[in-house]
Amino acid sequence: MSTKIKDVLFKPVFDENPIALQILGICSALAVTSSLKVSFVMCVALTVVTAFSNMFVSLIRNHIPGSIRIIVQMTIIASLVIVVDQVLKAVAYDISKQLSVFVGLIITNCIVMGRAEAYAMKNPPVASFLDGIGNGLGYSVILLILAFIRELFGAGKLFGFEIFSVVNNGGWYVPNGLLLLPPSAFFLIGLLIWALRAWKKGQAEAPDFKIAPNSSEGEAV
Amino acid sequence: MASNDSTSKTIIVALVLCIVCSVFVCTAAVMLRPAQQINKDLDRKTNILAAAGMLQEDVSIDEQFASIKTRAVDMATGKFTDAVDVTVYDQRKASKDPAMSDELGDADLAKIGRRAKYTLVYVVEGDSGIDKIILPIKGYGLWSTLYGFVALESDLNTVAGLGFYDHAETPGLGGEVDNPIWKAKWVGKLSYDAENKQALTVIKGSVDKSRPEAVHQIDGLSGATLTGKGVDNLIKFWMGKDGFAPFLANLRAGEA
Repeated sequence: MSTKIKDVLFKPVFDENPIALQILGICSALAVTSSLKVSFVMCVALTVVTAFSNMFVSLIRNHIPGSIRIIVQMTIIASLVIVVDQVLKAVAYDISKQLSVFVGLIITNCIVMGRAEAYAMKNPPVASFLDGIGNGLGYSVILLILAFIRELFGAGKLFGFEIFSVVNNGGWYVPNGLLLLPPSAFFLIGLLIWALRAWKKGQAEAPDFKIAPNSSEGEAV
Repeated sequence: MASNDSTSKTIIVALVLCIVCSVFVCTAAVMLRPAQQINKDLDRKTNILAAAGMLQEDVSIDEQFASIKTRAVDMATGKFTDAVDVTVYDQRKASKDPAMSDELGDADLAKIGRRAKYTLVYVVEGDSGIDKIILPIKGYGLWSTLYGFVALESDLNTVAGLGFYDHAETPGLGGEVDNPIWKAKWVGKLSYDAENKQALTVIKGSVDKSRPEAVHQIDGLSGATLTGKGVDNLIKFWMGKDGFAPFLANLRAGEA
């Protein structure tokens, strides 16, 4: 594998992670990560949509009029999302019911639009396709880490199989209910970003402004 | 070749893109419809079983459904009928067809517009006649029509279960009609009072268990007053005189 392909494919996983560095696609990361199975399907769906939307946008990038380029991208993304939604309804009905509106909301997921606009509009189709897969992987890594923690400690299960026997079923583990609620994903994402930026110092941003000290007693009077 | 930003190029690109995308989406939708239909059917059967509290995890749905008999009820007379073939009868379609349904007018508590002339009910047969009966219900909530089932015990009064299988209420608020804890509150409630009048109702807030009417009352859903109101209306409609009350009365008297 040449370095360029490797870069396009794997840089978004840790170096330029769409969730952790660019803070995109947070809403679905909060909503669907209470169980691993659902998160996994969501990750696959998003990766497929990002990859193909990048590819198609890139294929016609030389013919897209600047004035309607966002709408053109949206149309391509929306068509792909509808198809993914239909396929899910046909082959994984239960999961598609759980994902409900969030499959449809891939249309407005900032990662898909962001990659189409920032990468696919300027790069050839194959590279764009790989970039889509790479960003999908970056999104997936974060989602699966969140889902792993949330399902394991929130419900004592992984992929629906019992790992810790919970008190309700006569076991020993008292599940942490907060982890099943969306806010817990916020805390976890925060901690992940902290850990990532402690590991890769380059990702830490320079502060936009400095907080001034409180006014001294003499000044306030 | 004209530049990308000329008006004609813009219109052509937009048109071609729309046509290609719509063909793509339509093809996918049409090709996948049979598989989706099978899933929907299976889901409907699962919901019927779940409403009756009979759903078992490890037995196939079709096998479990074998003990359930589907019958058609003539809503005008409140009696069983053979006027329609239960294997192919599509109740949702019939309730939109003027020839197969009645305009409800003022009686339309559940805001459904029309009521199908014939309704499918699901009879769970036990050793001594009817064990449970599962009745389809529907009505308007806040954003959408809720479709579901209510199951009654053999006394045709005690609720054995309730569940909705299709709605588009706000997830987390009205969508909590799917919450198992809330659904469990229905079990054991009585649909009719001592005078045989419809009494089951969803109230706002929580039920005061010390009061005698508590046996007919269900807690409202917090944050979903309007969905709760919708469920209240649809239960009143379907358990009332324009719903299944005449049929249940006939059935109790052994004349259905």
